[in-house]
Amino acid sequence: MKKIMLGNEAIARGAYEAGVTVVSSYPGTPSTEITEAAATYPEMLCEWATNEKVAVETAYGASMMGARAMSCMKHVGVNVAADPLFTAAYTGVNGGLVIVCADDPAMHSSQNEQDTRQIARASHIPMLEPADSQEAKDMMILAYQISESYDTPVFVRITTRLAHQRSPVELGERLQVVPKEYKKDISKYVMMPGMARKRHVMVEERENRLRLDADSMPENRVEMRDKSMGVVCGGVVYHYVREALPNASVLKLGLTYPLPEKMIRDFAGQVDSLYVIEELEGVIERDIAAMGISVRGKDLTGLQGELSVERIRSLFGLGKTINTADLPARPPVLCPGCPHRASFYAMKKLKLTVFGDIGCYTLGALKPLNGLDASLCMGASIGMAFGAEKTKGKDFSRSAVAVIGDSTFLHSGIPSLINAIYNGGTITVVLLDNRITAMTGHQQNAGMGFDIYSHQTKEVDFVQLCETLGARAREVDPMNVRAMTTALKEELAYEGVSVIVAKSPCALIIPKHDPVRVEGCRNCGICLQIGCPAILKAEGGIEIDDSLCTGCGVCSQLCPHHALIDAPAKEEMV
Amino acid sequence: MKYNIVIVGVGGQGTLLASKILGGIALSQGLDVKVSEIHGMAQRGGSVITHVRMGDEVFAPLVSPGEADYILAFEWLEALRSEYFLKEDGLLIANTQRIMPMPVILGDAPYPEQEAAVKCLCMDAYHMACEAGSARSVNMVLLGVLSKFLPFEQEVWEETIEKIVPPKTLDTNYRAFRAGRDIAHKQGANV
Repeated sequence: MKKIMLGNEAIARGAYEAGVTVVSSYPGTPSTEITEAAATYPEMLCEWATNEKVAVETAYGASMMGARAMSCMKHVGVNVAADPLFTAAYTGVNGGLVIVCADDPAMHSSQNEQDTRQIARASHIPMLEPADSQEAKDMMILAYQISESYDTPVFVRITTRLAHQRSPVELGERLQVVPKEYKKDISKYVMMPGMARKRHVMVEERENRLRLDADSMPENRVEMRDKSMGVVCGGVVYHYVREALPNASVLKLGLTYPLPEKMIRDFAGQVDSLYVIEELEGVIERDIAAMGISVRGKDLTGLQGELSVERIRSLFGLGKTINTADLPARPPVLCPGCPHRASFYAMKKLKLTVFGDIGCYTLGALKPLNGLDASLCMGASIGMAFGAEKTKGKDFSRSAVAVIGDSTFLHSGIPSLINAIYNGGTITVVLLDNRITAMTGHQQNAGMGFDIYSHQTKEVDFVQLCETLGARAREVDPMNVRAMTTALKEELAYEGVSVIVAKSPCALIIPKHDPVRVEGCRNCGICLQIGCPAILKAEGGIEIDDSLCTGCGVCSQLCPHHALIDAPAKEEMV
Repeated sequence: MKYNIVIVGVGGQGTLLASKILGGIALSQGLDVKVSEIHGMAQRGGSVITHVRMGDEVFAPLVSPGEADYILAFEWLEALRSEYFLKEDGLLIANTQRIMPMPVILGDAPYPEQEAAVKCLCMDAYHMACEAGSARSVNMVLLGVLSKFLPFEQEVWEETIEKIVPPKTLDTNYRAFRAGRDIAHKQGANV
């Protein structure tokens, strides 16, 4: 049966057909839907882990006991998981272990454009790259075969365009995989120097064996057409090349690490000029150049952004001029009714320096809230705020905060909070607890007390946790602007680390109220300072876009003329 | 047969459901198909664009500029922004609804007043959707319009819609879809 599947759904299907039984992941665009889709197969026990390192360690433990296991994450999540991964490359696996990493060329939803293919090389972990949903499913099955035959974790690398494209997939049956027996073997699983030195030798041998076998792997294939031009490519770029340069000969790589050296040499020998067309870094080009083969690529494509049919055409003088209109941009915004808007407004009124983090609230950096001074990576806000205090002194921390979301705090904020407490900091942390992992599309987390199947589980009590660690902590409803402002003033004044848990659910997971009404607007413009997409400037005042307004009532708290009137139901709903 | 369709709108407007239905229709007709979506940050009220390509063999998941047969635009500014995707004899099918982007709300830029520079069939799909029973069914109105131009029977569309939308919203979605077909029928003569 054929089904149209999102690339990410096809990965999950591939894991299912490969007989996977354990999946542990942390959400991150563009990888999130893999694990969401995996959770719809009852044969696979899935979970949202607290972070990618924990996810890989959990999948590793499952593999060690003989199960086929998968862990999925976005490219920057691979950095978090790098510690177990680099050593898992030494120990190898028992049941197959596949790490799916989703890169984001052009940064549709990311803070950098790093290329995970370099991590495959750095860690000596083989990497497969599918070009469409069918290949995504098929390569998952191959990935488990490679993992078990070569005793190694395997990366399946996708990019945003693969993850979030839908294309037809021929479904197959689930393999009946018997879990491998676990035998205690400290020379394999206990990586102390004496054992690790021996395993490192094995890593090199394994990789050489796979490199030779790659020459006869059907996933690496040569399509000979016009011999004047040969292109080496892999992943979704293959389809761009086929369409932009239909006459070019192509070496399509399915295994992009290690490379099939003999196949590449033969191909290079048959074509007049050899190109590598690849997104981001010139990883394959460098590997081929290191074989002593003359090749071009990055001097044409550059290191940045996504490729496309049009971009490849224009590199070879086949493009046409595109005239795009000069129109106002539409950057993403905090949603109408978002509780972060109220928090940022309170912080703005107090003119605070704000160290930000990764989540929807990163959008608070934009006009008109201008609410952030920094955003670096998951969990960085607290460390940055404490580092700033070390430079500028404790007085500085009277007018600075770290803001961090509930899921991000659980992911990697807790160690930095302990660090600030332990080392005598006096910073203030605003924990923006919107009761869900929102930006990636509403995944469950330990702070809400529900697991991936929406089954009730233990709920982390943030106030109690922070107090136990040694901070002063309190909970506030940020939708009450006055209460939030008071809490900020009091906690900023406190000589020690304090945490304000600003608790209010994401506007997209609670019912809307009736829209706010406008009566007697005096055109002062104060409500426009919060940047709510539902509040529009109109002739002589403002008007509310009823199709967007959630009736959250934050604007009506700010209006000095009481011209913005809440629907009466507000109190009952929250 | 080969169709390139670009769907544009504002994050949260339901563009993904429209592309999912188009993908389902192509598959049901035995065509190769690729749909490219944008998830993540842009869905928070930013510009979103989805590409749908169907035909005997489809390579790239993205439509190249100047190669779209149809654009379905859920919002007027996004309609104008997407015009460069349309091929010379292509058709822009646009909802005239305006959703103000932040630069306009802040007074940094005016909302553009210009007409479409391409062949356009436009309608107030937002109000049509509200009349059909839900503001969320703008996507069905626009698909209804598009359905008059693609060579698939009404039953094929409605069967695919039934498979994809939640059952309790089916009647509303059908009403919106048929309203779209009706307006395409009435206005189509002018295109």
